[in-house]
Amino acid sequence: METAFTPFASLGGGLLIGLGAVLLMLGLGRIFGATGILSGAVFVENRDELTWRLALILGMIFAPGLIFAVTGAMPALTVPVSPAMIIVGGVIVGLGASQGSGCTSGHGVCGLSRLSLRSLVAVPTFMATATITVFLIRHVFGA
Amino acid sequence: MKHLFSLLTGLVFGTGIAISGMMDPAKVLNFFDIAGTWDPSLMFVMGGALVVTFFGYRLVWRRSKPLFEQRFQVPTSTLIDTKLIGGSALFGIGWGIAGFCPGAAIPALGTGRWEVALFLIAVTAGFYVRRLLPAAPEKAAT
Repeated sequence: METAFTPFASLGGGLLIGLGAVLLMLGLGRIFGATGILSGAVFVENRDELTWRLALILGMIFAPGLIFAVTGAMPALTVPVSPAMIIVGGVIVGLGASQGSGCTSGHGVCGLSRLSLRSLVAVPTFMATATITVFLIRHVFGA
Repeated sequence: MKHLFSLLTGLVFGTGIAISGMMDPAKVLNFFDIAGTWDPSLMFVMGGALVVTFFGYRLVWRRSKPLFEQRFQVPTSTLIDTKLIGGSALFGIGWGIAGFCPGAAIPALGTGRWEVALFLIAVTAGFYVRRLLPAAPEKAAT
């Protein structure tokens, strides 16, 4: 299925994502890594570590509602894969991102902009395996 | 104040994710489908985010400490090991299968779509699987 090329919306969204990452560093001195924020909210170490994460997660969840309030339309979300693939992919994402200490936000946005050596290795690795996976699923197995 | 600040920070980040197209699995999977229905939009997401974060971080780090904490908590490890590479490789495979990643799925939850909740439950299950692995105890790693 084709999706429209949206360079300006994507660039604008990217600038806001960067601003969010910078704000978290300014306010709490933390990396905006979704995997770390989520796992820190699931495996609670202490109450203070939990509450700022929950506030951050809540703010993220409010975003589509804000966009709906302003524009009158929900952002596009089309799921072209089966529930089984969502479950299998999700478990692998959770296992891999926690094992590799980061995902698109932590390594991709925050790590690369810090010129972290680990992120400079992690990002090309997961971009490559994602590309290979999609190629295999769509063009070899034809799913 | 700290929690209000966190809430607003999450809102800014989530709005960026939603506007950028990152939370739409159809778009994400097309970004990876270079041999098929390729949509290069997400390069612009990463480009925009990196420019702001690269310069923004350096401005923020001129301060002695963050607004609401006593110190900056930035990872310092430079270890390139099989845990990092294997974990990242696995993450990419899962991302390519499901089309969601954690930072995009959390804001996507706000659309009320059940597939997003299913994905995040599966991600949490993945966190638990990782903690069951004897070779990778959470405490020893950090």
